Amino acid sequence: MEMINLTIDNKPVVVPYGTTILKAASGIGIDIPTLCYMKLDDMNIENKPGGCRVCVVEVKGRRNLSPACCTEVTEGMEVETHTIRAVNARRTVVELILSDHPADCLICAKSGNCDLQDMAHHLGVRKIHYEGEKSMYREDTSPAIIREIDKCIMCRRCETMCNDVQTVGVLSAVNRGFHAVVAPAFEMNLDHSVCTYCGQCVAVCPTGALTEVDETGAVIRALSDPTKTVIVQTAPAVRAALGEEFGMEAGTLVTGKMVAALRRLGFNYVFDTDFAADLTIMEEGTELLTRLSAFIAGDKKVKLPILTSCCPAWVKFFEHSFPELKDIPSTARSPQQMFGSIAKTYFADKIEVKRENLVVVSIMPCVAKKYESSRPEFSVNGNPDVDFALTTRELARLIKLGNIDFKALPNEDFDQPLGESTGAAVIFGTTGGVIEAAVRTAYEIFTGKPLPRLDFEELRGMDGLRKATIDFNGTPIHIGIAHGLGNARTLLEEIQAGTSEFHAIEIMSCPGGCIGGGGQPYHHGDAEILKKRQRAIYSEDTNKTIRKSHENPYITKLYEEFLGAPNSPKAHHLLHTKYFDRS
Amino acid sequence: MNKIKNLADLKKLQSEVQSKIKLRENGNHPESVVQIKVSMATCGIASGAKEIMTYMIDELDHQGIDSVVTQTGCMGYCYAEPTIELTIPGQQPVVYGFVTKTKAHEIIEKHIKLNEMLDGIIPVTYLLIDN
Amino acid sequence: MAEYTMHILVCGGTGCKASQSELIKSNFKTRLNEYGLGDEIQVVLTGCFGFCEKGPIVKILPDNTFYTQVTPEDVSEIIDEHIIKGRQVERLLYKDPETKKTVGTANGMDFYKKQIRIALRNCGFINPENIEEYIGRDGYGALGICLTEKSPDDVIRIVKESGLRGRGGGGFPTGLKWELTRKSVSDQKYVVCNADEGDPGAFMDRSILEGDPHSVIEAMAICGYCIGADKGLVYIRAEYPLAIERLKIAIRQACEYGLLGDGILGTDFNFNIEIRYGAGAFVCGEETALIHSMEGHRGEPSVKPPFPAEKGYNGKPTNVNNVETFANIPVIINKGSAWFASIGTEKSKGTKVFALAGNINNVGLIEVPMGITLREIIYDIGGGIKDGREFKAVQTGGPSGGCLTKSFLDTPIDYDNLVAAGSMMGSGGMIVLDDTSCMVAIAKFYLEFTLDESCGKCTPCRIGNKRLYEILEKITDGKGTKEDLSRLRMLSNVIKDTSLCGLGQTSPNPVLSTLDHFYDEYLAHVTTSSCPAGQCKALVHYTIDAEHCTGCTLCFRNCPVGAISGEKRSAHYIDQSLCIKCGVCFEKCKFDAVLIA
Repeated sequence: MEMINLTIDNKPVVVPYGTTILKAASGIGIDIPTLCYMKLDDMNIENKPGGCRVCVVEVKGRRNLSPACCTEVTEGMEVETHTIRAVNARRTVVELILSDHPADCLICAKSGNCDLQDMAHHLGVRKIHYEGEKSMYREDTSPAIIREIDKCIMCRRCETMCNDVQTVGVLSAVNRGFHAVVAPAFEMNLDHSVCTYCGQCVAVCPTGALTEVDETGAVIRALSDPTKTVIVQTAPAVRAALGEEFGMEAGTLVTGKMVAALRRLGFNYVFDTDFAADLTIMEEGTELLTRLSAFIAGDKKVKLPILTSCCPAWVKFFEHSFPELKDIPSTARSPQQMFGSIAKTYFADKIEVKRENLVVVSIMPCVAKKYESSRPEFSVNGNPDVDFALTTRELARLIKLGNIDFKALPNEDFDQPLGESTGAAVIFGTTGGVIEAAVRTAYEIFTGKPLPRLDFEELRGMDGLRKATIDFNGTPIHIGIAHGLGNARTLLEEIQAGTSEFHAIEIMSCPGGCIGGGGQPYHHGDAEILKKRQRAIYSEDTNKTIRKSHENPYITKLYEEFLGAPNSPKAHHLLHTKYFDRS
Repeated sequence: MNKIKNLADLKKLQSEVQSKIKLRENGNHPESVVQIKVSMATCGIASGAKEIMTYMIDELDHQGIDSVVTQTGCMGYCYAEPTIELTIPGQQPVVYGFVTKTKAHEIIEKHIKLNEMLDGIIPVTYLLIDN
Repeated sequence: MAEYTMHILVCGGTGCKASQSELIKSNFKTRLNEYGLGDEIQVVLTGCFGFCEKGPIVKILPDNTFYTQVTPEDVSEIIDEHIIKGRQVERLLYKDPETKKTVGTANGMDFYKKQIRIALRNCGFINPENIEEYIGRDGYGALGICLTEKSPDDVIRIVKESGLRGRGGGGFPTGLKWELTRKSVSDQKYVVCNADEGDPGAFMDRSILEGDPHSVIEAMAICGYCIGADKGLVYIRAEYPLAIERLKIAIRQACEYGLLGDGILGTDFNFNIEIRYGAGAFVCGEETALIHSMEGHRGEPSVKPPFPAEKGYNGKPTNVNNVETFANIPVIINKGSAWFASIGTEKSKGTKVFALAGNINNVGLIEVPMGITLREIIYDIGGGIKDGREFKAVQTGGPSGGCLTKSFLDTPIDYDNLVAAGSMMGSGGMIVLDDTSCMVAIAKFYLEFTLDESCGKCTPCRIGNKRLYEILEKITDGKGTKEDLSRLRMLSNVIKDTSLCGLGQTSPNPVLSTLDHFYDEYLAHVTTSSCPAGQCKALVHYTIDAEHCTGCTLCFRNCPVGAISGEKRSAHYIDQSLCIKCGVCFEKCKFDAVLIA
């Protein structure tokens, strides 16, 4: 590899050809501030429009300042990062952004988590020397995401996620000059667009321009209503990230503290979505096996590959973009909705509370779950199976409102019967986890033999597209995994073209799966955080005594007492769904 | 139209069409080529100036002599029509009177090609306003 | 073959077409046929003559008579008098504004005397819709020589040696650009012609495409041969319907004649050209933005490197040149690099086409050798300032150029001198301002254009220019302070220093150059709340000088808001609280009794 010699702030540095000034500088401990730039290492996600101009540095011999994030080094280059010219330019640029930004930091949803706020602080901006017209746009509220694009700073991160990563193509820069802003085409409302509510735009937005719909108020009201029994379910990826909101190291598992906090907040029962994840495996795994057996028996009409259906953004994506494939995904509802359905029937009966008086709250790493819970097919006589879906971030807000010292909390256990889960359910939180969980169960049921080993390393990792072949007693089963809707699109196009080699495919909308969900604590472009959360998820799995869904005793009991068998008519009625052509 | 298949084709077409716009090129730089002004007022036309002009244009073109043949108004030599004014680059213009086809041929052969003055030159009797 | 004895050239450029030049042409044809002269006299609709001030233009050859402001009704007279009787129609000839003498021929006109027409060589000379007329002018000869006698490297060397620099504004050496694209290794490369002319008032590219489309096609093919591309794209703004039409005809003819397509001139060189339409965004003249636009993306620039020569259209090496640049190429090949390099200055060779506009007598399109002075352009070619007023400044380089003052009148114009003077060549807009122009308002005017045309991608251009504009507005409203002046300069410098593309990097030029050259004028606005040129409405008061007022009541009758009062034959008075400063009284007064202060 060709090596390049240069100096940065008079320090010599040798880096490979193609390295940017930003990267070369960080290698020798020079931290050039950036605002629009974002790179998720090893995930092939990069946003470097070179638009904000905060990272400009002086390069000897060049007429203008150069953006460090997208200027590649050249031999003999002399870079100075903090000359008065560069610092003045950097501060002026930030002042200019602030001069066109609502100054409502004190009450902004993003306060404390805002990259722009941090940058102004970092550069010591104490006065905005420019004043004038400010961009005014109407607020756009959808079931999951709020757009306050007065706060858009044209960093284009959301655009990169929506277009390049997710290939959904809803958000892009519109208008020119001062009126340029990122918005759906014709500035239509998000809920009229093909937006999947994956929330990756929210996950990367540096300011408060894109946030989730905040439902903490409604939950507090429900909790203080004596006529309501309020129960809560927590998704697997939440426990691996919630601690970050309280200053804990990324990847710290806080399952026990989370349960304790929820109990202190006043939830009558603290349950686990993982329970429903095990239930999903029973339903989806059975469906897989039915289709597989038919296929092996020579049925040419059987729809393969089967696609997982846990991810609501992914469901909305194929309903918009691949409606002709809507018979292929599993009909199993997502764990959140299975939980809601069981809670408002089986559990409501058990505790003798009327459906109307039972409030189901879910804590999700996801903003699309808000949309999913609002889908009409998931309610009975207008009463939704899941009343409120909060994000991990909203839960953190609730805990803070509840005056709870999170770090000091003891570890507590989930309530029963909907709180018991297996290791297979926990790994639903990461890319590859659902299919691994399904394989653990499907293999044993199909072959009638215990698995020789439970950790399918070949299904794990962070590559956007992965595949593996599992030997089901002489029958090779080809499994595909995609995270990020752009990768999903690749696999779907193969299916359309009839060239897909797979029997089963797991698809998660968010890069990394639910650990990287749009409702998780902000990662601020640090892919390491996602990897640490993933490791935490796998360690929780390893530490579980029961690691296969079909061995969950409460699941067995549920079928015995209530549902009959997997894919039974009752199970179908309560745990399965259908898909719509939204093209 | 047949395709131009090679450079020779192109050159052939070029020489064919060049003459069509030659007149414009020369008109843009009249001082560098032979200029002939044919007096074409009523008396000139009546005495056959039109034929002389056509003859000169054809003949000069035929012989490949770069020239500009234009018509002009009455030169005032009505007694001597048809009249033509001939300007050889770098020389003073001269006016010939009683120009017939034979005379025109002679002017081309002798005066234009060999720069020999012929009989029949009308002496300059006035100055142009510009001078 | 019957030859025409006389050619009547009628300008078919957009401007003259709008003044019925097509009807003029058909009137000529009808009348000539009536006289039985249809076979003897050829009528040709050509491209632009450049002298747009006095269009429609009709030129008669071989006697080179140049008629101006011809109407369809004038045709009969021209035929009867000029064609039949050989007498020029005096009243249609150009009249020199200084000497008041009529000038019979184009060569006699000062407007043309100092011009050297290379890029415009065929404009106003040939019928752009007839490929044979182009071929008759050595057309496609350069391509022929390149394909059969020269290697791509030879041709690139000639272009390099000619010293030709990009005429779109950047002034990057064309030969070097071709060489860089040639060196990029790829299975597919592209030649792109940038015909997204966006400078307000500039129309040289349009004129070339309207008047001589084949020169661009030929040059693109030569470029394709040099860099190893078999595909050319012309990115042209959809607002140029005539240029598009003529270009389409030219491409079709070139294909029919085998000068585009496969195996051109019997060689194994293939080249095809496609037209792509731009929607008229100024920033799409920037080559990376242009490429993004052609790819179907938002028309916004991206950071260079990578340059299009490495990664351009569809990620493939792409050579982008502007129309005028291309139009120079065939001549350079035909006449040699030494000939071309003999014209111009040390670092800027050849000629440049300028669109002359503003307070100047001869508005139009001119092509002059590099190194000519502003004085020669403005006074000799341009015929001086309109209405005998005083020259104040000339704005070059389009909306992001700068304003040059009297002291630059004798500076030889080339790329480097203009930049050194705080302006730039740009694509060749040249707007002359007289002493009635307020330079603060002028800076504001240009900035408003770039403000509208900014793509909004980078902060300094998106917000910085807006704030710059707002400060200027504050000043012209009489609310500015001295601090605002230093703020203007400081912000301008940051915008120049940090903007992503050429648009932002140059957008503050009008502000900086007027600050440099007309600081006193700015100062007057902020310290004494006055506009020396009397243009800033907020700072101007109209009053009536009682001594000169005759009481004619003309102002009283024309004031739209009834702010003027007074008896007949006695001095009038303007009520300042009602006056909206429209200036009608000033214009109407025949006795110079209305004063601006």
